[in-house]
Amino acid sequence: MAFASKSPWVIHYDGSSCNGCDIEVLATLCPGFDGERFGVINTGNPKHADIFLVTGSVNEQNIGVVREIYEQMLEPKVVVACGICACSGGVFHDCYNVVGGVDKAIPVDVYAPGCAVRPEQLIDAIVAGVAKLDEKSAAMKAARKGA
Amino acid sequence: MELSLGLLGFLIVFPLVVAAVLLVVRQEAPRRVVVIAAAVVIALASVALVIMNLGASTTLFEFQSEALDFVCTGVSAAIAAVVIGFAVRYKNLWAAVLAAVQIAGTLVLEFVFAHEIEVPYGLYFDSLSLLMTLIIGVVGSGICVYALGYMEDFQAHEPEGAPDRRPLFFALMFAFLSAMYVIVFANNMEWMFTGWEVTTVCSFLLIGYTRTDEAIANAFRQIIMNLAGGLGFLVALYSCAITVGTFSFLDFLVIGANNPALVTLAACALAFAGITKAAQMPFQTWLLGAMVAPTPTSALLHSSTMVKAGVFLLVKLAPIFHVAPAPSVMVMLVGGITFALCSFMAVSQSNAKRVLAYSTIANLGLICACAGVGTPEAVWAASFLILFHAVAKSLLFLCVGTAEHHIGSRDIEDMDLLFDRMPRLARFMMLGIMCMFIAPFGMLMAKWATLVSFVDSGQVALVVILAFGSAATFMFWAKWLGKLAGIAGEPENVEATVKPTEWASLLLMACLLVLGCVFLPVVSAALVEPYIASVYGVPGQDIATDNLWLASICTVVVVLVLFAGVGARQRGRRVDVYLAGVSRDGEARSFQNALSGTAEASARNWYMESIFGEARIAPVGVVFNALIIVAAFAVSFVATPIVF
Amino acid sequence: MSLITTLVGTLLFAVLGPVVGCLLAGLDRIVSARMQGRVGPPLLQPYYDVRKLFEKERASVNSAERVYVAAALLFALIAGGVFFSGGNLLLCVFVITLSSLFFIMAAYSTRSPYAEVGAARETLQVMCYEPMVLLMAVAFFQATGSFDVAAVLDMPHPVVCTIGLVFLGVLFILTIKLRKSPFDLALSHHAHQEIVRGVTTEMSGPTLGLVEIMHWCENVLFMGWIAMFFVWGSPLSAIAVVAVVALVYFLEIWIDNNFARVKWQFMFKSAWLVALVAGGVNIALLAFL
Repeated sequence: MAFASKSPWVIHYDGSSCNGCDIEVLATLCPGFDGERFGVINTGNPKHADIFLVTGSVNEQNIGVVREIYEQMLEPKVVVACGICACSGGVFHDCYNVVGGVDKAIPVDVYAPGCAVRPEQLIDAIVAGVAKLDEKSAAMKAARKGA
Repeated sequence: MELSLGLLGFLIVFPLVVAAVLLVVRQEAPRRVVVIAAAVVIALASVALVIMNLGASTTLFEFQSEALDFVCTGVSAAIAAVVIGFAVRYKNLWAAVLAAVQIAGTLVLEFVFAHEIEVPYGLYFDSLSLLMTLIIGVVGSGICVYALGYMEDFQAHEPEGAPDRRPLFFALMFAFLSAMYVIVFANNMEWMFTGWEVTTVCSFLLIGYTRTDEAIANAFRQIIMNLAGGLGFLVALYSCAITVGTFSFLDFLVIGANNPALVTLAACALAFAGITKAAQMPFQTWLLGAMVAPTPTSALLHSSTMVKAGVFLLVKLAPIFHVAPAPSVMVMLVGGITFALCSFMAVSQSNAKRVLAYSTIANLGLICACAGVGTPEAVWAASFLILFHAVAKSLLFLCVGTAEHHIGSRDIEDMDLLFDRMPRLARFMMLGIMCMFIAPFGMLMAKWATLVSFVDSGQVALVVILAFGSAATFMFWAKWLGKLAGIAGEPENVEATVKPTEWASLLLMACLLVLGCVFLPVVSAALVEPYIASVYGVPGQDIATDNLWLASICTVVVVLVLFAGVGARQRGRRVDVYLAGVSRDGEARSFQNALSGTAEASARNWYMESIFGEARIAPVGVVFNALIIVAAFAVSFVATPIVF
Repeated sequence: MSLITTLVGTLLFAVLGPVVGCLLAGLDRIVSARMQGRVGPPLLQPYYDVRKLFEKERASVNSAERVYVAAALLFALIAGGVFFSGGNLLLCVFVITLSSLFFIMAAYSTRSPYAEVGAARETLQVMCYEPMVLLMAVAFFQATGSFDVAAVLDMPHPVVCTIGLVFLGVLFILTIKLRKSPFDLALSHHAHQEIVRGVTTEMSGPTLGLVEIMHWCENVLFMGWIAMFFVWGSPLSAIAVVAVVALVYFLEIWIDNNFARVKWQFMFKSAWLVALVAGGVNIALLAFL
């Protein structure tokens, strides 16, 4: 039994979002939706987090930050692109400074489109991400045994 | 017994001979041979004396010599002459006046009052003296060996053409040891007084070693305060001559314990001498000023000699304090207040040697408070405080001295990354620091006993003082420890040039420390309890032996963690620290700032200047303690039946 | 004899302490959630968290951090063992302080700016509560005539009757020791009032798991201190202890949820003042009356 799925700690990073998705992400963690029922905790520290929630597109300024946060998270880890901008760049896709969706910087596991993304959809995405976490955890365990 | 007496005399005379030899040896190589050989001989002789007399009760030696009395008077006169000479040269009125008063007092005492008084048993030892012997002989001579390498570096750091005063320096160090042996072995209080004054003048010369303006000012501050203390001793001698009628220290103690009213003034005056020598507030400034001297001097003054002479005297007087309220309250309150306030002030210091100085004064304060309480349990605690403080402090001073020569600063902020740059030294330093303030090491076990003895004797004020003072102690040691503990990457190791003599003494201190902590119950049974049993008739140990052994086990664990666990090969991935953004260099803690430039994160320790600043706290202690001392003297003048 | 008792006690505490502490932490989170109008996590959520942490990759800033944390946990276990085997209360206090020191050193060893802030604050916290803790031990000695915790079992009445003021003082600093808001300066369980993650910023994966276990054990030990005030030589004391511990813990959760973090000056001054008044007065009363 893997425990990764029972305690998904998240870290939230706002790329260059219009703040619409950020508000929804925080709403998801608020009492109304009570993410802690599933063990979700907002950590604010990449070294403690399992799930990386990115809102907004990646641009020339923040691409390094996104990469560094991802780099500092420990395996197993999952990235969720929250909102259409994070998925593909959205309406900003052809801005002069926008690189594109989060997947231009780091590998993304779950895409949650929407403008803004709804809490229900986010919970859905996190649940999907949790399943991925379990998979990765199992793979890590197998690799450790094999090694 | 014959052999013991021989050894005892040897320990007093031999360092003096070595000092004389060192005075004329001007080359480095022969000096090294002489110092190392002498140190080893002194240490071995001390250990031999202790081992031969383990568990012995008080042993007196019939030893009396008119000639020696005159030699002592002569030495006193010479000391006064030296001080007056310097005072005239540097135009310091107070030092000259005090020295003149002192020599006049000594001569009058010797030729008018003391003529008839004979002390048939001039020398003695008991297990407290033996404990001191061990400290002086092993720790003290260890510091002398350390000084070899240190002074070589020191001289190299001096400007070109600076006079080489090292012969005098080493001679003084050994003379110091001899004087300390006189203090702990002399039963004749006049001889003891001579030893007392020799330590004063030796440290005067050592503090002024560099002859800079600051050094000279601080040296004079030291001599003025300690001559004042010496006058206290002199008053006590007069009081002994007139009211008690003996100069035998042990007789004095027995008479005092049975008839406290008779000796109140003498005890008070001796306590005053002890308080000045132990640098208790309001006299704390001389020890802080002593920091200008080369580090081995500081180590010697702080750990095994000088200040320890002060507390040795106070602990010896404990049985009198136990029954005489005036001096007891004085010593207790002065010690307690000094402990709390100096611990507070240490929080606000970033100069490592100043932190050490404040911590020394604070711990001496605790020893004073224990002596003032005067119960067997308190004396047990005081003995261990003396022992562990001596070893841990000398280890720390030697570490700071070596670090200073290799990183170019004695500021704690500059010791960042010492764990990487000087891995072995940092560990020794961490061991020393931990021993000073945290269980299961010896100092804290002694503090534990102190607390118990305060509670047992109903000293509520002291209990509260100890609780708050210890909390501040935690703060200033822990943040220093934290500074040392930092690890980042592989900076250049600057440890390779540390002299072998320095390593040898560091290792010696560290081993003594660990062994002392682990075998604390054995030390208690062999060295501390016999003294207390001989004075009070009870063993005095207040902590269950099982708990002491438990602490020993914890000590072993901590030492293993420090020296074997930390620094083992890393398992798993190595990552950089989190810098909230884009890092540029994890080891240097630099990151990309808002303008895409590079910024470096830095962290300083926390000094809480607004709460624990010297300017706020020192005056409080000085005023309070001065009032207490004055009040105690007033009471004892009234209480003692015949005064002049 | 006492050495063996302590050893057995430590081993037992190493097994039972984390279990009880884990359940306590789970309850804490549920009650907190209810106070905020939420359902909250399952009771075993803290256990899941720690198991997850142990499944994670091993990565660290340096090799020392983990050793220090392990030492901190070991000494927390020994402190618990000493206490619950009826050993010396002062020894227990000293050993738990040693544990805090190792935790602080672990944070300092990383040289992370955020962890250093946390470590400095943790040091301050120790300075804040230490006087009251020492005075607690002293008052306990005055009340029972012994520093051994087991002495309460021979008392005709609970010690709180004579050292009630000290109990109130301990209650005050308990908030610091349990790392509850408003005194959670070094390490907060609420992300919204913490600079990154305080002391544990650089501790991750299994190392963080050890830290969690250490906190469980510490919490059990501190609740033991609270219980100690209400135990006397009667089986009835079991009921009293359960009721009081539950009440005190509920109170702490309530405080945690209702007050925002204070500045260090307030924490320092109030903690020392409380120690001086509550501890000092009570000890003086016992000594002189």
